[in-house]
Amino acid sequence: MNNVISPRQDPTARPFLELRDLKIHFPTDDGLVKSVDGLSFSLERGKTLGIVGESGSGKSVSSLGILGIYHRRNANVSGEIWLDGQELVGASPETVRGLRGKRMAMIFQDPLSAMHPYYTIGDQIIEAYRVHHKVSKKVARKHAIDLLARVGIPQPDKRVDDYPHQFSGGMRQRAMIAMALSCDPELLIADEPTTALDVTVQAQILDLMRDLQQEFNSALIIITHDLGVTAELADDVLVMYGGKCIEYGAATEIFDNPEHPYTWGLLGSMPRLDQPVTERLLPIKGTPPSLINVPSGCSFHPRCAFDGRTGGASDTVVPELELTGTSGHRVRCHMPAHVRQQIWHNEIKPTLEGTGGHSVASMSELPSASDEQSEEVA
Amino acid sequence: MAGPAGLVCPAGPAAQAEIVVTFFIRRTIGAALMLLVVSIATFLIFFGLPRLAGATPETFAARYLGRTADEHTQQLFAEKLGFYDPLWLQYWNWIKAIFVGTDYDYGTGIEHCAAPCFGYSFRTNHAVWDDLLDRLPVTVSLTVGASILWLVTGVAVGVLSALRKGSFFDRAAMTGALAGVSLPPYFTGLMFLYFFSYQFDLTAPGGTYVDFTDNPGEWAYSLILPWITLAMLNAAAYARFTRAGMLDTMGEDFIRTARAKGLHERVVVTKHGLRAALTPIITIFGLDVGLLLGGAILTESTFGLKGLGYLAIDAINKQDFPQIMGVTMFAAFFVVVANLIVDMLYAVVDPRVRLS
Repeated sequence: MNNVISPRQDPTARPFLELRDLKIHFPTDDGLVKSVDGLSFSLERGKTLGIVGESGSGKSVSSLGILGIYHRRNANVSGEIWLDGQELVGASPETVRGLRGKRMAMIFQDPLSAMHPYYTIGDQIIEAYRVHHKVSKKVARKHAIDLLARVGIPQPDKRVDDYPHQFSGGMRQRAMIAMALSCDPELLIADEPTTALDVTVQAQILDLMRDLQQEFNSALIIITHDLGVTAELADDVLVMYGGKCIEYGAATEIFDNPEHPYTWGLLGSMPRLDQPVTERLLPIKGTPPSLINVPSGCSFHPRCAFDGRTGGASDTVVPELELTGTSGHRVRCHMPAHVRQQIWHNEIKPTLEGTGGHSVASMSELPSASDEQSEEVA
Repeated sequence: MAGPAGLVCPAGPAAQAEIVVTFFIRRTIGAALMLLVVSIATFLIFFGLPRLAGATPETFAARYLGRTADEHTQQLFAEKLGFYDPLWLQYWNWIKAIFVGTDYDYGTGIEHCAAPCFGYSFRTNHAVWDDLLDRLPVTVSLTVGASILWLVTGVAVGVLSALRKGSFFDRAAMTGALAGVSLPPYFTGLMFLYFFSYQFDLTAPGGTYVDFTDNPGEWAYSLILPWITLAMLNAAAYARFTRAGMLDTMGEDFIRTARAKGLHERVVVTKHGLRAALTPIITIFGLDVGLLLGGAILTESTFGLKGLGYLAIDAINKQDFPQIMGVTMFAAFFVVVANLIVDMLYAVVDPRVRLS
């Protein structure tokens, strides 16, 4: 667990972003909430990591943890976060604040509530820029207009003085992205960036994010429960469950050869465009675990259909995140690798494919939002 | 939502200015109508309802004349004062007197009552309007000083409580606030007077009022205890409002965004948190100030300050109808104007308020 895990690790250099055994625990009156419990991953510039999981699996808390947005009084944070050679967990709040918004920025879900209703879009971007750059308001305003133009807002010199409520949902998300990009961050975290948007706008926003990432060569973390978004953008995928990483690997690996029963469940509960509509989705039974009373042993075992095949180990022993295969693919499961692969190929994959002949779960055929490409609404 | 930008594009600055002006004009007309309704209601209460209870033009006249007057004199006065006229005409004359003044004929010669004419007091024979103007500086002084005091302390305590939720300060402040809300001014006021004025001789005794224009220092000295007494009552309420508002606001998504930008926590709290939390507070503040300008009855009575509240109580005790009506209309005017200002302020402060 303490090993640095990265499917694409260059052994000589430290990765741009690296998390080592990050734990974020909140002591409450009801007990210790282990929102993030030993998370490790690494990410290079220009690469995209998709963090996938149900609500309450610790996705958002980890990203806020990377940015250092937590109350030192309420949260116990341990482990290490390395950003370009600088450790952040032990750094002073003031140091982290100086990096926040400048070298690492975040795009939030639901930009209507994430933007201040009383200040114009322009003012909010200018503020984000000027807190890290000593420039005049005029220069910052020019910069804000350029950014709005860059993210595809028409008439940016006029819209810069609009308030968030005067923008449409997609435009607001673009403005939110412009705000996050204001200081050319090297690490961009997008927390459910398309959840509040309708499908055609989702596609535009995803395209925009991909373009911008290529342009700025920043490291991108996409937090989502939408596997379609992950398939669209991510190089690597990290599946979280109950505050822990339960499967991690290259996106192609995760979509073509998933080995964790929970990942199978996620794939099965995703609507597919390449399936007959009569096929029922296969939801994951049960509800996400309480982060206070995490189930003993493997936290997924109460919902796992293959619980019985571990010889009882899953009820008592917490499984380790172990390498499987050759490409850095890691899985946290008690079942031996060959059993998991067998189950996937013989029992799960055929059900997901239905009557389909070839590898339906391959990335190329996942529902991709950009397939419904529509012209920019502008 | 995701329509072409042209559809969601707001109107240009010129058109927007026009919208603002129309909005203000409409609200002003609304306020005037509200005052009209209040005046009708007030008039009906004092001149319509008594008739249902058996009052006659003669008994109305008797109020001016006292019990000793004979029936003939009563009829004569009822005639001269227009009590035989139909109710709507009496109302019309009353309103007309307020706007253009009127002449009273008491038989001993015509007496002119100038423009804002609310009639004459039954008891003192003073013009009601002069009495109102006379009392106004006291009430304004009391209200302005106290309101600044309670707004500043209430908001400050509320913000600190919210930021240190659950701390000793928070619990102490909120317990204090509960006491402040619960204790009536005639208790706290008298306690203050007893200790600070009579025991330690630090402040002016009750019943003192020095006009600001005479001596600003003495003015503040004479009002400090009433200010604190009145402010305590509201500061407590404002501390609770502010605390609740700040707790709400600081949990909003846009606060998280502000932090994610790397802003200093001080800026996050004041520019982003307090700005949003204060908006509803300002609304309540405007209404409270408007209400108090009509007279802070308990505080004025406790400290013997001859303000509008004192006048109102006095008039009610003596059943001095013209004075009661005058104070009522005066107080209603302040409340309606405060409402109007708050409405307009809100449109300025919160850009989401739709003006059209």
